[in-house]
Amino acid sequence: MKLSAPSRVALALATVATLVFLYLPLAVVLRLSFNPAKSVAWPGFNGYTLDWWRKAWEAEGPKDALLNSCKVALAATFVALVLGTLAAMAMARFRFFGRNAVSFLMVLPISLPGIVTGIALQNTFSRTFSLTLFDIRWFSFRVGFGFHSLVIAHATFCVVVAYNNVVARLRRSSPNLLEASADLGAHGSQTFRYITFPLMRSALLAGGILAFALSFDEIVVTTFTAGSGFLTLPQWILANYSRPQNVPLVNVMATFVMVVSIPMAYLAQRLSDGGTDT
Amino acid sequence: MTEPVPAGGGADRSPRPWRAANRAFAGRRRLGVGALLGPPLAWMLVVYVGSLLLLVWSSLYRLDPVTQKPTHEFTWANLRSAFALWDADTRDAIWPFVRTVGVALLVTAICVMIAMPVAFFVAKVAPRWMRRGLIVAMLMPLWAGYLVKGYAWRAMVSPAGGRFAAEGKGDGGFLESVFGWTPGYGRVAIVVALVYLWLPYMILPVYAGLERLPPSLLDAAGDLGARPLRTFREIILPMLLPSVAAGSIFTFSLTLGDYIVPQIVNNGEERFMFGSTINATLGAPNQPLAAAYTLWPLVIIVLYLLAMKRAGAFDNL
Repeated sequence: MKLSAPSRVALALATVATLVFLYLPLAVVLRLSFNPAKSVAWPGFNGYTLDWWRKAWEAEGPKDALLNSCKVALAATFVALVLGTLAAMAMARFRFFGRNAVSFLMVLPISLPGIVTGIALQNTFSRTFSLTLFDIRWFSFRVGFGFHSLVIAHATFCVVVAYNNVVARLRRSSPNLLEASADLGAHGSQTFRYITFPLMRSALLAGGILAFALSFDEIVVTTFTAGSGFLTLPQWILANYSRPQNVPLVNVMATFVMVVSIPMAYLAQRLSDGGTDT
Repeated sequence: MTEPVPAGGGADRSPRPWRAANRAFAGRRRLGVGALLGPPLAWMLVVYVGSLLLLVWSSLYRLDPVTQKPTHEFTWANLRSAFALWDADTRDAIWPFVRTVGVALLVTAICVMIAMPVAFFVAKVAPRWMRRGLIVAMLMPLWAGYLVKGYAWRAMVSPAGGRFAAEGKGDGGFLESVFGWTPGYGRVAIVVALVYLWLPYMILPVYAGLERLPPSLLDAAGDLGARPLRTFREIILPMLLPSVAAGSIFTFSLTLGDYIVPQIVNNGEERFMFGSTINATLGAPNQPLAAAYTLWPLVIIVLYLLAMKRAGAFDNL
């Protein structure tokens, strides 16, 4: 299609404008985290301070919240990777009745509004947690609101990310490899160890990073399933963004989140694109 | 592969439990599917589907007006007050839902209008070496953090003389102090912030759809004398419909369920989105009625997913 020069320029300008639209607000928060004044008012380019970064580092609240978020995200990612990989291996390797229903089931938790998922899980948890007490000899373990409920809730909507990454990788890799392995006399566990697992290693890493990011960022389901007394970083930001004395710390934590997670997401992208050469 | 695959022949030299598993699964396809699918399926069915059913079920319990806790008495009253649109009270409560669907449609339409030219530029006009970088640049803000982005828009639109005016020097957020104009907190800010949040979800499928579009098709249209606008209307648009449908699943359903960022950029009206209504009902506390309200977005999303499935969206996710 031959486009005239002016329309090419117009399209280019629209693209540049969109990029500005996407990055400007993030840049504003970045700038505000070095703002000497305690407000969201735009300071222009005069006056920079590292005070708020130091204060955020020293303060207990945001650090605890950050740690909680990491703990929940790590545990949820682990559960999601195990469940997602199992499902992906079944879906990529076998044809069976109800296959479409399974893939629909995986996507459901992220397609439905967070508030529906949140209230549904909260309702279930508050009805069942009092019943779930594992007390097996010296091993006593009580499931409750807080860390446990968040891991269960987050793992549920993170499974799809792990599943998508692994299933895409397994579909792209040739089934001949598995047959060749079997023909050479490898047993099931050997084929998994030497063929299947190396094939999906980078997809697992990519899925893991994305699942971690999804859990780390989640707020709606979190507010309903955290219970009281357990605060994740998004919850801390939500509780503090409108408190004038804490606005500078919110700026710092917000900047921290984006400075850490954007490069991680880029890495995940590279990992899930690669790996076709094996 | 660095390690050579050992030719096992007959003797299995794996560790003992592995050996037992190998023996058990050898040649048993059904057992293999069951073992792989069992744990994830059980988790999703018990934790998720089970919770959704329990939620629907809990809307059938009567609320004790004194203790404000759900009793175990069965009643249709909650469903009635959530769905009886002939009732004036119900209509008042459901009005935010209509508004929310309107916002979701508006946000989707704006995202389509931005994504089309931008994705077209990246896929068909920009030099080949720039494409990957451009599309990655469009997607990266997705990972900046949901609240971070909502908060960023608050800093963008906050008006002069707001509650922070006394705290710092220089009034107003970025737009106010750089351009001297801001929409302020409110409906415009809500729509802009939501477009900002979900735009990359629309750009990606539209870009993928355009990339699959063979350039020869566009050349043929041009050779037959179609002007670019006509080529767009009669070739590109129909072929892009499934991609737009795929993107709209995200922009529509994510907007429909959202209420936290709208609250952040909307200081005045607390309950603009339906999510806030559900949340407030839950906090009232009236858990059964809140459960009944959640059926509205649930039904609309399922209907929307089915409609988009017909438009071919699921082949383009």
